[in-house]
Amino acid sequence: MSLALKARKVGLRLLEAIPTVIGILVVCFLLTRALPGDPAAYFAGPMADAESIEQVRRNLGLDQPLPVQFVNYVTDLLTGNLGMAISTGQPVVAELATRLPASLELTLGALLLSFLIAVPLGVMAATRPNTWVDHLCRFLVTAGVSLPTFFTGLALMYIFYYLLGWAPAPMGRIDMMYLPPETVTGFYTIDTLIAGDWETFRAAIAQMALPLITLALFTLAPIARMTRAAMLQTLGSEFVRTARAAGLNGRRVLVTYAFRNALLPVVTTLGMVFSFLLGANVLVEKVFAWPGIGSFAVEALVVSDYAAVQGFVLSMALLFVLLNLLIDVIYTLIDPRVGEES
Amino acid sequence: MDRRHFLKGAASLGLGASLLPYLKVLPASAATSETAVVVFGGTINSLDIHRSGTNRDSYQVAINCYDRLVTFGTKTLDDGSLSYDYDNVQPELAESWEISGDGTVMTFFLRKGATFWDGKPVTAHDVKWSFDRSVSLGGFPTVQMKAGRLESPEQFEVVDEHTFRITLPFSSKLALPDLATPIPVVINSEVARAHATEADPWATEYLHRNPAGSGAYKVARWDAGQQLVYERNEDWKGGALPGYQRVILREVPSQATRRALLERGSITAAHNIPNKDAKELASRPDIQVVSSPIENCIYCLCPNLDFEPFKDKRVRQAIAWAVPYERIFEQAAYGLGVPTWGGSKTVDDIAWPRRSPYSTNLDKARALLAETGYKDGFTVPLSFNLSHADWAEPAALLIQQSLAQIGIEVTIEKIPGANWRTIALVEKRLPLHLENFGGWLNTPDYYFYWAYIKGNLFNSSNYNNAEMAKLVDDTLDMAMDHPQYAPNVKRMIELAQEDVPRIPLWQPTLNVALTNGANGYQFWFHRQMDIRSLKPA
Repeated sequence: MSLALKARKVGLRLLEAIPTVIGILVVCFLLTRALPGDPAAYFAGPMADAESIEQVRRNLGLDQPLPVQFVNYVTDLLTGNLGMAISTGQPVVAELATRLPASLELTLGALLLSFLIAVPLGVMAATRPNTWVDHLCRFLVTAGVSLPTFFTGLALMYIFYYLLGWAPAPMGRIDMMYLPPETVTGFYTIDTLIAGDWETFRAAIAQMALPLITLALFTLAPIARMTRAAMLQTLGSEFVRTARAAGLNGRRVLVTYAFRNALLPVVTTLGMVFSFLLGANVLVEKVFAWPGIGSFAVEALVVSDYAAVQGFVLSMALLFVLLNLLIDVIYTLIDPRVGEES
Repeated sequence: MDRRHFLKGAASLGLGASLLPYLKVLPASAATSETAVVVFGGTINSLDIHRSGTNRDSYQVAINCYDRLVTFGTKTLDDGSLSYDYDNVQPELAESWEISGDGTVMTFFLRKGATFWDGKPVTAHDVKWSFDRSVSLGGFPTVQMKAGRLESPEQFEVVDEHTFRITLPFSSKLALPDLATPIPVVINSEVARAHATEADPWATEYLHRNPAGSGAYKVARWDAGQQLVYERNEDWKGGALPGYQRVILREVPSQATRRALLERGSITAAHNIPNKDAKELASRPDIQVVSSPIENCIYCLCPNLDFEPFKDKRVRQAIAWAVPYERIFEQAAYGLGVPTWGGSKTVDDIAWPRRSPYSTNLDKARALLAETGYKDGFTVPLSFNLSHADWAEPAALLIQQSLAQIGIEVTIEKIPGANWRTIALVEKRLPLHLENFGGWLNTPDYYFYWAYIKGNLFNSSNYNNAEMAKLVDDTLDMAMDHPQYAPNVKRMIELAQEDVPRIPLWQPTLNVALTNGANGYQFWFHRQMDIRSLKPA
């Protein structure tokens, strides 16, 4: 497939996302308005009188009819203004800019870690069924599925911080001794490397270790299972048998033919796991005082902070559109059939 | 503030390069004799207490970074812990003050030599601008100022650079104590004015992020949603220099994590810990738990008089006799707090909160109910605020069990925190609910004003009694040594006990845990951490 064709395909996929995003905007706007509770009364404070509640309502623009509010919202959105998150006192854009990288760093890190462990584990379990590797795989999968993340998080914290004292105090992204690096990507691990500050890098990694392992345990299960199942299937398929019959060596059969084909469902699973992870993040963020997007969204929902909730949903929607696009692109790269179609 | 400035700030404090390596030796505990680490479960959402939308946790910035004209002194409680002393008003920015014979003119003489952080002297103009701001911005600050009879800018007058005068419409005992609440802070008006705009004349956008005060601590860093770093103002004139040079306030949402940090000694203090933890940690030698009864605050079960059966006083009394007080106190409060049941029927003094004449007596409850039209019982939903589930849920379950024994069937309704205020306090439509009002100003009549007067916010029971209304109206501004004061308050207490629109369950405590030998913690009515009094070991 030529580059131009590929670019066109990607462009078309992006266009397809536009109606989805618009739909999400409308539904999200209506849903937040349908939430019970009166944000004006809440934010006016516990002792406010009716007059000051009205004043807050005017400040928030909530005294306008719904269509007007929606038009205002969309106009603001087009200028890149997502409004103020009243629950945290910051502009939503600023909140997303600091919190989204925090969550993504954790999520992507956990995904990478579990991918690095789960895929070899799954492959080994599939090639050596009913050996100790297979049993280990089964054990990890069962444990990962059945242990809720907040429990794993607390248990790890109890052992490695409370009892052994190996892990640093679970108080956010970086120990209090260090200052966060200059923001380039918002990922502390990458930013510290850019700044060449190894010590802060180590501190950031140390702080990340427990939440990362917690999340990786949770994502390990579906990836390992899917790898194992897909490998078993491809290893039993006709083209592998043909390859073996043709006298190709075992390694080549395993890697080039079986593994490459087995990766397709694994990549699909990765996309799904990523969305679970963002959900599971909320609990892990709470336990490790991680200033991420999940805990921000939950707090905002609880107090009916419209702008914050809308900003969160919008950013998540865009993230998913991008993610699906990315997965499609990866597909075309690794699926031997896609390349040949053209 | 960027990285370089922060470090430069540290260097100028004499810590500089020596600070970081030294602390790296002790990675497990950032808490040292110079730096305190305080954790709490809330979040700071503004550095400006007057801004609309500023949450309760943020009030502590007003307390630690700004000065008021006056403050309260300190008293030692029976258990040896420290508390503010409502009856002892002390100077903060005002060196002294005079109150005219009729009590309507208060003249404050400002401390000479007191400066804001930028070096500008504190003048009466700053006080006037700040007070004007708090009565003009609306919302909570304006309501709280009104409680002290401070309603309009005309009441505030600059006599000269260091003399400030307040004129009250009538004498009120609440005026002076109200000046010691977190609201009437003194702001650097020059800095604020420089950042005011046409649309924002009170510089709320600027002060939201950049405090400009004269207080004991400056804000060195604010990472919203994560931490606030206070740095001591070495030139503070409002009181004795605080013990810690730097205080890091970290937001740690999970209670289990806060407890682990405390037990490992990684921090200096945990603010507002649940009763369960307070009870369990109290026996540890390395942790000091301070549980202070919250003044003028009672956890109550409130029968709503708009609900048909509760219109009958005897039904309300029957419920008051049926509440399992002891068990609630053991299981919901973990035995921490002050019991408010089983007192005598006669009111001999004006202590408040106090024991009500009710205790658990199901026979009495049944007998009372039998006199009414509801001897076969009725069904009623019991609601509580989900944000208070730690104590409200066990209490509600125990009440449900107990009321079932006198034939009242209770269903439990949990209401999310964001909706609670509207449903319970504004619309006042919950037939039976758990409520936790506490008054900042510590007089019984102030409590009755908010919670027993028709239409007032915390009267979620819709109680309406002409005699009570008149008593409160007569007494609210009356001096406490007025001959009529004590008799009036006694009568209010009698009415409250006879009519029971609020059934007192217990007086709660505010629990704070200190470790690493930190001491000097003091309870305040505002229930926030005043870090100025904390001292290292």
